[in-house]
Amino acid sequence: MTTTTERKLTTQKAIAEGIATEMAEDDSVFVMGEDVGTYGGIFGATEGLLDKFGPERIMDTPISETGFIGAAVGAAINGMRPIVELMFVDFFGVCMDQIYNNMAKIHYFSGGNVKVPMVLTTAVGGGYSDAGQHSQTLWGMFAHLPGMKVVVPSNPYDAKGLMIAAIRDDNPVVYMFHKGVLGLGWMTNNPRATGAVPEGPYEVPIGKAAVAREGTDLTIVTIGLSVHKALDAAEDLEKTGISAEVLDLRSLVPLDREAIVASVEKTHRLLVVDEDYQSFGMSGEVITTAVQGAFDYLDAPPMRLATPDIPIPYSHPLETWALPSVERITEAASTLLVAG
Amino acid sequence: MDIPKDHLVDMYETMVKIRRFEERIRELYFADKLPAFDIAAGLIPGEMHLAAGQEPVAVGMRPHLKAGDAITATHRPHHVAIAQGVDLNKMAAEIFGRETGLGRGKGGHMHLFSVEPNFGCSGIIGEGMPVAVGAAMAFRHKGTDNVALSYFGEGAANQGAFHESLNLASLWKLPVVFICEDNAYAISVPKAASTAIPDNSDRASAYGIPGVLVGENDPVAVYEVMGEAIARARRGDGPSLVEIKTDRLWGHFEGDADAYRSEEFKTEMNERDPIIVYGNRLLAEGVLNEADMASIQQAMHDDVEAAIEFAMASPYPAPESALEDVFAGRSVQL
Ligand SMILES: Cc1ncc(C[n+]2csc(CCOP(=O)(O)OP(=O)(O)O)c2C)c(N)n1
Ligand SMILES: [Mg+2]
Repeated sequence: MTTTTERKLTTQKAIAEGIATEMAEDDSVFVMGEDVGTYGGIFGATEGLLDKFGPERIMDTPISETGFIGAAVGAAINGMRPIVELMFVDFFGVCMDQIYNNMAKIHYFSGGNVKVPMVLTTAVGGGYSDAGQHSQTLWGMFAHLPGMKVVVPSNPYDAKGLMIAAIRDDNPVVYMFHKGVLGLGWMTNNPRATGAVPEGPYEVPIGKAAVAREGTDLTIVTIGLSVHKALDAAEDLEKTGISAEVLDLRSLVPLDREAIVASVEKTHRLLVVDEDYQSFGMSGEVITTAVQGAFDYLDAPPMRLATPDIPIPYSHPLETWALPSVERITEAASTLLVAG
Repeated sequence: MDIPKDHLVDMYETMVKIRRFEERIRELYFADKLPAFDIAAGLIPGEMHLAAGQEPVAVGMRPHLKAGDAITATHRPHHVAIAQGVDLNKMAAEIFGRETGLGRGKGGHMHLFSVEPNFGCSGIIGEGMPVAVGAAMAFRHKGTDNVALSYFGEGAANQGAFHESLNLASLWKLPVVFICEDNAYAISVPKAASTAIPDNSDRASAYGIPGVLVGENDPVAVYEVMGEAIARARRGDGPSLVEIKTDRLWGHFEGDADAYRSEEFKTEMNERDPIIVYGNRLLAEGVLNEADMASIQQAMHDDVEAAIEFAMASPYPAPESALEDVFAGRSVQL
């Protein structure tokens, strides 16, 4: 089906619309979290939903993450489809047991008999001086732990489609939205934070990457806000005659390994850009995938540009230096092109 | 009032200093973010949680403290840090992200750490509470009579860390005072919508420790109750829980539209501004006269201004210094 609508939404509004679309269809879907009701979510992911669906289905919670995320697990295995918001991913520390020992493992422990159809939404990412407990992405850590799908939309269209797919999925899905792609009035924004979003339900398949920009000289694999940095870098690179392909992973679990291999087979060079900590994470996984799947095609050792293994610093010059930037991506890509 | 005059005056001075600090941070926070508010922009980027209105909670314990006592505070830490006597210049410099800051610009306003005086805070709700328990363990181990104070918001009392910490402190009879700053809201969520009972002080009974409610936002009332609780802890008689009704005069963070609190609520709150109420009382009881108050005002404003000037004149850290301080020995993390 092709939708010709050109209606534009911000990513934040697209997320809320995705939730509303499914809530209207399926009354087992409900939302819990801190400030998701009256406030509409600190990042607006549940804006307008309290008015539409009432306090029985859009529930403000106490600051009791272990309690209410664990309660979502209980509701999910008993016939509901909860969406539960962890305000910032950085707060996982107070409630991770319910997430990775319970939500993620019950299906396996039960030999596939008990389903846990829930969505854990959470805000990720830095770049606005919110310091070391409010700026992390941490997707590599969630992806590392077996049993939960992990999605990270970078634009409004994917945000709505991935939300609907996540709600309908019979597995727990961690839905991470980067604050910098939401199109919030109070954050520095990228023009792509607003885009065409079809009305009505549609799914973006979980586990499928998207070629955000076609290119022939190198592949930049990335996710979240870094997709936009990579796209901006690709525009700069084009001016110097370098054609960069940008692959937006969209999901980390499952990881679209075929898309990574296919792109590297085409361009012969790989740069991974990751806002998460460098070691033991996404960049290593993507590079391993390329080395194992497209070894003979590689003209140079793959490169990675990630946040160094340090807590995210507060001070602007420190943070700017630590996180991947358009300039750094452009620089790394240029280096990669003459390597090998 | 049978409270020594210097204590009464000290609390007033500190309240004035705190308020002035918060006002100046607020002005400078917005100075270059408007008209289009961008949280990442300006001299002080990022989230900013200010404590105007909550001064009594912070200053009431001051005269009872002695060197070496430890304090853990929250994401809204400035008032408590100032009351604990944390170096104002270094604290301001940290908030401005400068090399001369408490944490060389690495921590920012939610992560202020000072060795002497002993102060720490955290952006994670409830996180400081077990740390205060641990500080008290260290004091006992070392044989000092120091105490640890743990500040937390009423929203934090629904976090597991609250319950675990109270139980541990009681079980081990540790010198801790848990201080609940009840400003009735956790961001947009009113206490009645988050907490199963009206008063968190009642929760103390579940752990077999004294629970005291201070029903007014008044430094003298806080002074009296904290005097008891701190003395008890110092004597080795164990922890207490003190809950203080207070007011967050401004938004949860700067830039918060604060639409979840009614105009009526906000008006009433502003009418009982604790600095004005307390100042009037000191005048009425002849503790201070108008001239004293004016000179206190001037002196406190000067201190704050000096700190802000120090901060703004300080250099930013070198970008590569981001790699330092991950591990002891100032080693570089690659
Ligand atoms: C574990 C955790 N959950 C949620 C948050 C987000 N958060 C920051 S402040 C706040 C409200 C805190 O309310 P309260 O404890 O009453 O302190 P107040 O802000 O009123 O001073 C919330 C939910 C957090 N920082 N940490
Ligand atoms: Mg509160």
